[in-house]
Amino acid sequence: MGKRATNLMGWIDARLPVTAKWKLHLSEYYAPKNFNFWYYFGSLAMLVLVNQLITGIFLTMNYKPDALQAFASVEYIMRDVEFGWLIRYMHSTGASMFFVVVYLHMFRGMMYGSYRKPRELLWLIGMMIFFLLMMLAFTGYILPWGQMSFWGAQVILSMVGAIPVIGEPLKDLIMGDYMLSDAALNRFFAYHVVTLPILLITLVVVHVLALHEVGSNNPDGIEIKKNKDPKTGIPVDGIPFHPYYSVKDIVGVIGFLIVFFGIIFFAPEMGGYFLEYNNFIPADSLKTPDHIAPVWYFTPYYSMLRAATVDFLGISAKLWGIILMGGSVAIFCLLPWLDRSPVKSIRYKGPYFKFALTLFVISVFVLGWLGTKTPTPLFTTLAQIFTVVYFAFFLLMPWYSKIDKTKPEPTRVSG
Amino acid sequence: MADAENKNEMNGRRRFLVAATSVAGGVACIAWATPFVMSMMPSERAKAAGAPVEVDIAKLETGMLLAVEWRGKVVWILKRTPEMLATLIKIEPLLADPKSAEDMQPKYAQNPTRSIKPEILVTLGVCTHLGCSPVFRKEIAPADLGSDWLGGFFCPCHGSKFDLAGRVYKNLPAPTNLMIPPHVYLSESLLLIGADSKEAA
Repeated sequence: MGKRATNLMGWIDARLPVTAKWKLHLSEYYAPKNFNFWYYFGSLAMLVLVNQLITGIFLTMNYKPDALQAFASVEYIMRDVEFGWLIRYMHSTGASMFFVVVYLHMFRGMMYGSYRKPRELLWLIGMMIFFLLMMLAFTGYILPWGQMSFWGAQVILSMVGAIPVIGEPLKDLIMGDYMLSDAALNRFFAYHVVTLPILLITLVVVHVLALHEVGSNNPDGIEIKKNKDPKTGIPVDGIPFHPYYSVKDIVGVIGFLIVFFGIIFFAPEMGGYFLEYNNFIPADSLKTPDHIAPVWYFTPYYSMLRAATVDFLGISAKLWGIILMGGSVAIFCLLPWLDRSPVKSIRYKGPYFKFALTLFVISVFVLGWLGTKTPTPLFTTLAQIFTVVYFAFFLLMPWYSKIDKTKPEPTRVSG
Repeated sequence: MADAENKNEMNGRRRFLVAATSVAGGVACIAWATPFVMSMMPSERAKAAGAPVEVDIAKLETGMLLAVEWRGKVVWILKRTPEMLATLIKIEPLLADPKSAEDMQPKYAQNPTRSIKPEILVTLGVCTHLGCSPVFRKEIAPADLGSDWLGGFFCPCHGSKFDLAGRVYKNLPAPTNLMIPPHVYLSESLLLIGADSKEAA
């Protein structure tokens, strides 16, 4: 840096610690040197967040949050606004891709035990981000005011109404009317574009701060901070995030963008999975579409919702369905305390854990597939079986993770 | 000075002041939040929109379903054939609440046909599970609904089934029979939905 630039940075640093923070979080943030493919998805989630924010802002310039105009304004964006189709497809595809990268990011954590001590709070903050993301997806899906927007919202809001005692007044409070109408659409727009994004950005910052406090986990699941160079105090298995991982992440970004724009240009509806065909029909409060299913990222939970068909322990099947659906998401929060294995990473865990994780992944896919289908007695039975498998992965974990035959962890990371 | 020495100690007076300030602050927060929460409740305009609706059913043919809107919800009027009415007794073993014991209908509709006039069913077309509108399936034993299907309403969202009196089948997600709204006949063919007595019209 030239003398003048050095002086300028010195002047700024004396007033705002730009250089110090740059070092703390980037050029001298030491991450384990053995990150692999699975470590792309954190930075990709950030990329998608930025995509959603930018495309979202531009969509608000032409969208109208009004039950009479919303559907037409989305069609206007698609047909008449210059490049409106691209901006909207970037936003709608971005929503699905957000869930793709976040699910893979979470699965990485499950494989390598990233939720274990000292990263419990980091995991919980991540779960809060996941809940926010689901609320953003839900409120966003309502905005085009098509048939799926309307009936999807109808189902979710009826769930609120099923909460004992406070359910019905709470539902009126959320909808601002005694039925799903313009009032709800208008306020969900406010949540979707103001409240939830502000909370999301805040939590993402908190998530990164918490990560940089405890340090990143790695595929071996061992703490690099335990083995520091005595002279420099830098972990011997650590490399600075910038430039090593910033450059690696750019490779991930390029790969991601190829897929992302491939979808946008060639299959923006993704066969009805990213944008459902029934949502190209304006909302009609008198007719439910013959086949309704949520967007793909909600289908596993949706399957569990309708898997509950018998009253049990004095609680109605309807409330059980809602408990199962909510529980299937919330139970991830307990992972740090359910896992009793002496090792973190799947590389050193035994056959029981590997078997359980495989079954869990299969159950998520089967439940996800069932959630897109019309319920028949056979499908309902299947959904019930795999709901049990899904919950067994979590609830039996304290037992099988403890008695599992693990391998000893290495003292240094292995490539 | 005594005050400086006790700076970090919680004496009785300081504890009282902290508690009193916290309570006052809490009350102020509730007072501040009240208008914002109240603004989210249904508005006066929304409250005013719930008037009863009149329906002329003179042209409704036997076996046909008429859908009308009342308070933003769909209300079905089904003129049942004698064959349809005959299924109501046959189907009873499959139902969760065949006698309509649950309070899902006005007293005058708590009968085997769940209606004022036996052939005319007036019911909300809103599934009691999560608010979808079921589909009217009057064919007998279609492939997708099984051989014991005698006609009724099938909810495409979560698979709940209702018979031709809106009574729910056992062991399906929906907890109760379909809701029968308050209704009254103003004349032989003029129906008022949303009120129990003729005076409301």
